[in-house]
Amino acid sequence: MSDKLSKNDTPPKAVVPMVKSEGVHKSFGAVEVLKGIDLEVKPGEVFCLIGPSGSGKSTFLRCINHLEKVNAGRLYVDGELVGYRQKGDKLYELRDSEVALKRRDIGMVFQRFNLFPHMTAAENVAEAPVQVKGVSKRAAQEQAMQLLERVGLGDKAGNYPSQLSGGQQQRVAIARALAMEPKLMLFDEPTSALDPELVGDVLDVMRDLAESGMTMVVVTHEMGFAREVGDSLVFMDGGVVVESGHPRDVLTNPRHERTQSFLSKVL
Amino acid sequence: MTEIEKTAGGQSAPPAAPEAIKAIPVKHYGRYVSAVIAIALLAAIVYAFSQGKINWHAIPDYFFDDRILTGVGKTLLLTVLSMVIGIVGGIVLAVMRLSKNPVTSSIAWFYIWFFRGTPVLVQLFLWFNLGLVFEYINLGPIYKNYWSDFMTPLLTALLGLGLNEAAYMAEICRAGLLAVDEGQTEASHALGMSHAKTLRRVVIPQAMRVIVPPTGNEVINMLKTTSLVAAVQYPELFRYAQDIGQNSGAPVEMYFLAAAWYLIMTSILSVGQFYIERYYARGSSRQLPATPWQKVKANMFSLGRPKGGAA
Repeated sequence: MSDKLSKNDTPPKAVVPMVKSEGVHKSFGAVEVLKGIDLEVKPGEVFCLIGPSGSGKSTFLRCINHLEKVNAGRLYVDGELVGYRQKGDKLYELRDSEVALKRRDIGMVFQRFNLFPHMTAAENVAEAPVQVKGVSKRAAQEQAMQLLERVGLGDKAGNYPSQLSGGQQQRVAIARALAMEPKLMLFDEPTSALDPELVGDVLDVMRDLAESGMTMVVVTHEMGFAREVGDSLVFMDGGVVVESGHPRDVLTNPRHERTQSFLSKVL
Repeated sequence: MTEIEKTAGGQSAPPAAPEAIKAIPVKHYGRYVSAVIAIALLAAIVYAFSQGKINWHAIPDYFFDDRILTGVGKTLLLTVLSMVIGIVGGIVLAVMRLSKNPVTSSIAWFYIWFFRGTPVLVQLFLWFNLGLVFEYINLGPIYKNYWSDFMTPLLTALLGLGLNEAAYMAEICRAGLLAVDEGQTEASHALGMSHAKTLRRVVIPQAMRVIVPPTGNEVINMLKTTSLVAAVQYPELFRYAQDIGQNSGAPVEMYFLAAAWYLIMTSILSVGQFYIERYYARGSSRQLPATPWQKVKANMFSLGRPKGGAA
């Protein structure tokens, strides 16, 4: 594998994929969760990952911003190796500070929101720009208000997360990720923990975001969203990519048997 | 329940509304019996003390004596300084213990093992008597002195109490840090925040809610434990009360006096603890717990009603 890489050290300059995964493996102890994932996310694309639970979708997503370490294979974000530096054919682990530097550009939205409960909605959004980028408090505050307006929560700026509904919390979480002006957004089942009636508001925000040209990798069970908004779709099962293509094709005419049986249960 | 009683006479109400319930409440005989027993026991204790030869006047006479007030001041000083050493040391030890670095983590483990595993009084005597084995203290070019000049009673007391406290505080802080959901750290890391910033801005503020109540306990405990340093020649409230008791011929009365002062100080600390806990509860509960005054106001309207009233 290293031969192939040394030739391919710098990806072609024409269209650098936002995410490029080559044979990514990941194990937790003896359990192999990812068994060689190959895929490419183009800039500006909405890339949906679907599949049964335990198929490794969320793990793969977490590998992209190095919340999980890859065991084998190579993972690139915007042409740069994730978590390591390559010199010759040797890999060097990045320092925590270097990893943090790269994470600035990758926004992440979690299934369980993970808002900071001791800060108001506006403080949640303004926190990272002030602490990480050194933006002035006032500028961050203004930006936070704009972002909260954008996700339809301008009137909830002073509320603590415990005073917001799940859908509102998730929209604050999206605003928080956007505050860092990322070039890539990762969504880890953003609507799975929500009451059905609240899902729509969150999806609307994500749809707007997609229209604005943001590159998004979305792990989701919302097939309607994948079909309408998605540009590419990958069906994963058992740690491998079973089928990929345009969402409409995969969802309406699944070729693979496993995809068919999964979709018949979900749709 | 309040509403039910108000509308109790409403028989002329429209037929749609069901008739208000008027039930005879359960009689709690156990409460009356226990009250009688408690009052009887209290009376017996009061009687016993009234028969004893106690010079009650000695207590108010000496209550604001200069020596007692100095002692109170020194007790408070000792409590504050020891707790500062304890809390700062505890946080450092807890972070060391949880760090991925195996060296710092084992050092912290060893420290906690030693200081938590030996009695404070033994540690105090150890510090106090180190002068028997060391003649000088020699820190190279930085500091050099006779041990007896260096190890004053105050320093002995602070080292004994503070270092011991740090071990306990470390465990309290560690529990607090571990209580914060891992998703918080992940969210913070995903935003590009460093370990240190994550700890300071996200984890520690949330850990405080878990750390503060037991720390309040530790402060109150420390205030009482300072009485042990009387044994290593540092004069504080207990020591002064003892001295006065021996000279004035009212030793027991002076113990009462000291106990009263300790009670006053711990009561004040308890009130402070309540408000600090209330501060750190913000955001975690939708409504802050009521202050005592708010509770009194709320209870005014439900007085005389059995427990479980709808006030």
